[in-house]
Amino acid sequence: MKKMSHKVFIPVAYAVAAVVVLVSQLVPNDYFFSAAYTVLLFIILATAWNILGGYTGYVNFGTAAFFAMGAYTTVALFKLSPTLPLPVMILAGTFIAGVTGLGMGALTLRLKGVFFSIATLALSVVVFTFVVNWDYAGGARGAYVIAPRDVPFGLKRYIHFLYVVMVFLSATAIVVARVIETSTIGRGLEAIRDDELAAECCGVPTLKLKLLSTTISGALMGMAGTTYPYFVSYVEPASTFNLSYAVNSIAMPLIGGMTTWVGPLIGAILLGTVQQVVQVTISSAWNLLIVGVLLVLFVTLAPEGIMGLWFRWRKKQKLKKGAAQ
Amino acid sequence: MSDLLVVKGVVKRFGGFTALDGVDLNLKVGERLGLIGPNGSGKSTLVNCICGTLFNEEGSVRFEDKEISKLPAHKRIHRGLARSFQLPKPFASMSVVDNLVVPILYAANSHEGAVRRNPAQATEEAMAILKQIGLGPKAHEMSGGLTQVDMRKLELARAMAAKPKLLISDEAMAGLSNSEVDEILALLFTMKEQGIAVIMIEHIMRAVMRFSERVAVLVAGRKIADGDPEAVMRNPEVERAYLGE
Repeated sequence: MKKMSHKVFIPVAYAVAAVVVLVSQLVPNDYFFSAAYTVLLFIILATAWNILGGYTGYVNFGTAAFFAMGAYTTVALFKLSPTLPLPVMILAGTFIAGVTGLGMGALTLRLKGVFFSIATLALSVVVFTFVVNWDYAGGARGAYVIAPRDVPFGLKRYIHFLYVVMVFLSATAIVVARVIETSTIGRGLEAIRDDELAAECCGVPTLKLKLLSTTISGALMGMAGTTYPYFVSYVEPASTFNLSYAVNSIAMPLIGGMTTWVGPLIGAILLGTVQQVVQVTISSAWNLLIVGVLLVLFVTLAPEGIMGLWFRWRKKQKLKKGAAQ
Repeated sequence: MSDLLVVKGVVKRFGGFTALDGVDLNLKVGERLGLIGPNGSGKSTLVNCICGTLFNEEGSVRFEDKEISKLPAHKRIHRGLARSFQLPKPFASMSVVDNLVVPILYAANSHEGAVRRNPAQATEEAMAILKQIGLGPKAHEMSGGLTQVDMRKLELARAMAAKPKLLISDEAMAGLSNSEVDEILALLFTMKEQGIAVIMIEHIMRAVMRFSERVAVLVAGRKIADGDPEAVMRNPEVERAYLGE
């Protein structure tokens, strides 16, 4: 099977996003958009995490730090001037989280395996402490970010607009992930994941690629956070730095499969939807438990995730076909 | 002809232990050198210092008349200096052919004045190397599942794919049977036809004597002999190092 070229995939990705947006406008229930916002948020976070965790093999526990970086950029800019348009905040938050990713990479990428993971967790704590003491952005008290009264594009409510924005941001994250995955850079990252020393000795500039990986991964996580203050209207550190962001952004690629861009997408849709449904039907306290149970099930039964099962099934079919001929 | 590789006075210490104590080594274009020495004599450390996976504290490493001892490993590969590892390090999640595509895209493409190959051309070239090396039928298998001898071949194939001017083979034959050793030897001999200089680190003396045009001996971080293989073997110092007094 020949892989779709970028020239085809990119328009297709945005066309799918446009169709999703148009079709969902038929949904009469406003709650759908809040739930969908959360699922889309996790699609971006999982996809972003997977660029460093799945492709490059560096497990990042600091998702919340990058996510909060994006969210608090919006808070700060909103305090500066409440009329700043959302795209400016998205670009600024993405940029700042990207620079943080680069900095984190430069400081921690000499660490391998679990030591790198612990360092990212530490980063999360450092950023949290900074935000709690950052009076301008509300500090520990939190801050209100009020969405503008006029909703763009003649949409009914601001959440509808946020939903549209998130659909296109998700498409962007997926496009970025796929471009990396199918390019020479993707091969280099894969080589680093398998054996860093051998990769370096095959001519792969490992340090440069790892920095690129942390930067892009961090930037996309920050991008996901930029719309969050408008979604919740009241931002405070404890919920913005919630552990569930880190746990979910690891669990989703793991369940979906970490070697392709499809894995995090499937994992996020599946796990995100299950969590939203459980939250409404049973109780919100069950959320993390479900993630935990699913994680254990997948790690023991299907360590390569849903995509891994799919690849194995397809290989079997091919062998069967070959035997029949 | 001028020398391809000139190692001069290289010193490498690990804490208080001096692993390399002022080693000199020269290599001509296309030359086949056997590097021998007892366990722990510093052979692998020397290779690591030449390839950039370790940095020497003193002395110089010159490749094609340019100082390279401060360059990171991948930049040295870009100049044409490839190695294989003593313990095979395949990219286990990739197929055998994809293992070779990595050095073609990253190393062979980065040589001075190289023609840039696209991934399709790189795959074609990788297949050609695999056929030559006898791994053609296994090209699409996962590299993690290969047998030991095939993994050694893959190590060499991956080094060849980088289109090197010098290939350092670090104990490519350790633990292989006689006929397997001959297979790997035959492979290393084909390098000569392609004008690739080879440094072979090996304990299997039969292979070293057959392969090398010149043999150098390291003992406790110093080079104690360097020259014609037969003459080196008769050197009393070498005998003492290997057999004791």
